[in-house]
Amino acid sequence: MKKIISVVLVLALCAGLFALSGCGGTQTVELDTSKLVGNYDVPELRGTEINVYNWGEYISDGSEDTLNVIQAFEDLTGIQVNYTMYDSNEDMYAKMKSGGASYDVVFPSDYMIARMIEEGMLQTIDFANVPNYSYISEDFKDLYFDPDNAYSVPYTGGMVGLIYNTTMVEGTPDSWEIMWDEAYSGQILMFNNPRDAFGIAQFLLGQSVNTTDAAQWQAAADKLIAQKPVVQSYVMDEVFDKMESGEAAIAAYYGGDYLTMADINPDLAFVYPKEGTNIFVDSMCIPANANNKAAAELFINFMCEPEIALANAEYLCYLCPHTAVLEDERYTLRGNEVLYPQQEVKTEYFYNLDRDTQDLLSRLWEQVKLA
Amino acid sequence: MKKTSLTAKLVNAPYIVWSILFILAPMIMVVYYALTDRDGNFTLSNLTSLSEYTETFGRSIWYAFLATVICLLLSYPLAYIMARSKASRQRTLMMLIMLPMWMNFLIRTYSWITILNNTGILNTLFEAIGIGRVQMINTPGAVILGMVYNFLPYMVLPIYSVMCKLDQSLIEAAQDLGCNGRAVLKTVIFPQSLPGVISGITMVFVPSVSTFYISQKLGGGKFMLVGDAIEMQFQSAYNYNLGAALSLVLMLMIVICMLIMNRFTDNSEEGAMLF
Amino acid sequence: MKPKRALSNIYIALIMLFLYAPMLVMVVFSFNGTSSTGVLDDFSTKWYSELLKDSVTLQALSNTLILAVTSSLIAMVLGTAAAVGIHSMKKKWLKTSVLTVTNIPMVNPEIVTGVSMMLLFVFVGRLVGKSDVLGFPTLLIAHVTFSLPYVILSVLPKLRQTDRHLGEAAQDLGCPPVTAFFKVILPNISSGIISGLIMAFTLSLDDFIISYFVSGPKFQTLPIVIFSMTKKKVKPDMYALSTLIFLAVLLLLVLMNIMQARAEKKEKKAQSARL
Repeated sequence: MKKIISVVLVLALCAGLFALSGCGGTQTVELDTSKLVGNYDVPELRGTEINVYNWGEYISDGSEDTLNVIQAFEDLTGIQVNYTMYDSNEDMYAKMKSGGASYDVVFPSDYMIARMIEEGMLQTIDFANVPNYSYISEDFKDLYFDPDNAYSVPYTGGMVGLIYNTTMVEGTPDSWEIMWDEAYSGQILMFNNPRDAFGIAQFLLGQSVNTTDAAQWQAAADKLIAQKPVVQSYVMDEVFDKMESGEAAIAAYYGGDYLTMADINPDLAFVYPKEGTNIFVDSMCIPANANNKAAAELFINFMCEPEIALANAEYLCYLCPHTAVLEDERYTLRGNEVLYPQQEVKTEYFYNLDRDTQDLLSRLWEQVKLA
Repeated sequence: MKKTSLTAKLVNAPYIVWSILFILAPMIMVVYYALTDRDGNFTLSNLTSLSEYTETFGRSIWYAFLATVICLLLSYPLAYIMARSKASRQRTLMMLIMLPMWMNFLIRTYSWITILNNTGILNTLFEAIGIGRVQMINTPGAVILGMVYNFLPYMVLPIYSVMCKLDQSLIEAAQDLGCNGRAVLKTVIFPQSLPGVISGITMVFVPSVSTFYISQKLGGGKFMLVGDAIEMQFQSAYNYNLGAALSLVLMLMIVICMLIMNRFTDNSEEGAMLF
Repeated sequence: MKPKRALSNIYIALIMLFLYAPMLVMVVFSFNGTSSTGVLDDFSTKWYSELLKDSVTLQALSNTLILAVTSSLIAMVLGTAAAVGIHSMKKKWLKTSVLTVTNIPMVNPEIVTGVSMMLLFVFVGRLVGKSDVLGFPTLLIAHVTFSLPYVILSVLPKLRQTDRHLGEAAQDLGCPPVTAFFKVILPNISSGIISGLIMAFTLSLDDFIISYFVSGPKFQTLPIVIFSMTKKKVKPDMYALSTLIFLAVLLLLVLMNIMQARAEKKEKKAQSARL
């Protein structure tokens, strides 16, 4: 009897959880299809499916009264989207490189696109099928990783900057130097990934972040080791909580994410340091082993629709390369000083490092951690 | 007698096939990567370059050791109390101990950060009662706390399940013969519970040594444990060869640690446990 | 006896405080008005309504449950059989080596297991001419593999406690070996099997790294979804989801306890009536 009761209860619980998982997907915001530019009625693609592989939290997904972009695409075209997510370029690369899974659309960053093109992992996009590519700003064309604009369609971008708490920091800092300032010992948050952390030291030292000179890398490592005593912790996404709650005073992170933090803690301020900073672009690409290229191109075209790009730009709070969005009255971040600074910001892209430099970088990073 | 051994073989067969396919075959790949360079040529340089990691290995083993000892000290009385409770209470306690582990690891860890922060819950409490701020987050203590928190159930359960089967008559006999509580524990209870203790130590120590993320999130990322180093080689550095060499050596070290432990706990019956 | 009992209750309470403090933080922040998980704002249930709209997360939740249930059940059966087989092995070297292999998935850092299994699956996939081999089957195999040692390590100590001669006695009395196992051995080791099952289930629910590498484009689990958010920020509706699961299981426990208490009372009444 007892056993029966427990079994029934466990089953009830499972049923409850499954019921919960079944009730998802109620669309609250409808897409006004009359505003779409492209043609999405492609009978021969109806009933097919595509595998989309994107960063987590990197698309307008229907939460907080936003548009559910994936669902809108599915409803419109009848193509089923298998949507999965990753948290770093390297994870995505390893998965693709293994050859055990094929994707139709991926969203790598600049240096990773360069590496993937070099290794033949991407295929060229037929831009006749992506007419909305014309909306992409000229600033985001002819970039170093895809000089002929053949493999990638820019989706979003951003720059790293200095975030500080005005109640804890005196004056208005304009240099990475403040992250070495002993006055703020124990209140400084540094990137917990080697490339970004070294980048800051390199900008401060006036080096290129893509140098192949071992001595320069060593100098940057020494700089980071010198910084270590004043660093509170090396963080990635914990930066949100720590800056919002006033646990730390100074941090380096992506500009778009500062906007999210400032929503919660209005005391936070943001600046692009004068020594220069890293800029990144995440683009949509089609892997060489894609199974459904036509649908992938349709998807990319859909993502470049002014309405859809607007929804995504609003959701992501990152730099938007879409000209129609930038001119749109409804775009709340239009002319935002953080995303679209008036003054020229000195920036440099990350390049794909050669093997030896990569090995050196990881060895030096370990030295920093051991110091 | 012949019949039993045949049955034993049949019972064993699926597992042996499984472990050859899915444990040994991937293992061979690890060994292969550890002994080759990027172009697939044989090399020992991955292994020789590991001397730089002595401190990282030492620290990882030391923290895992401390976490295991703390888990054991916390779990043993708990398992004992559990095993002597009513059956329904036993079941409830067991579920209560496992339940927190069903929540996502990352969310659990973020919650600990909220508790341990300098401006966090505990420090606010401390300040209110006049103790003043205590630095807890970003210390080795926080990392060990994270390990204890995450692996405690894996110590409690095996000890508890052997404690359930303790021969009560032996305990009573010992008490009748005038043994005091401590002597009963030492001569009767502890030896009988030893298999569970060994299982528990293995299940806590082993994952603790190779854990990552805990040191990044609770230790402030100021030092690396072996797990973090391996993680980095496989991800940002994309150096599978060095990563494989690191994990191979880690494995050997764990085997050695377990052998040493067995020296101390060995009795003829349990000699079969290599680690 | 009384003060001892109070002492053990206090001890349990302290351990529970340790285990549930982060859970409490999680529940509180799931009702936070803003998206912060560090700063408390107004009370709000908005993350719960957000959760209901989050189809990706909810799909991942059901995937995770399906995977955890199937993999832990398979691991339980396979692991129990393996433990019985290992226990009955006569050759010491064989026993030692099988046990050593058993421990490998536990010793290996997760990322090494993940990557090496991925390489293996892809290799096998190429042999049979499949280019998208990664998916639910590979996830299932990986989860069973890393759960197995936990099941084996919790069943083995129980087998050691069980009198070796019990099974033989049953067989001497004419029981076929299989019946002997189910009638005599199984009841003695059931608590070990159940702890193994619970551990396997728990591990499967929360595994991220291995799952990440062996999963395909059509099946992702909840931990993958949560970890994928760590470049930006983990959405608080994850806190809401964790809180819901947590409360559901807690409710289940309470209900079970009440029903069991009632059933026991009834039994007692029936007994006294008979008397």
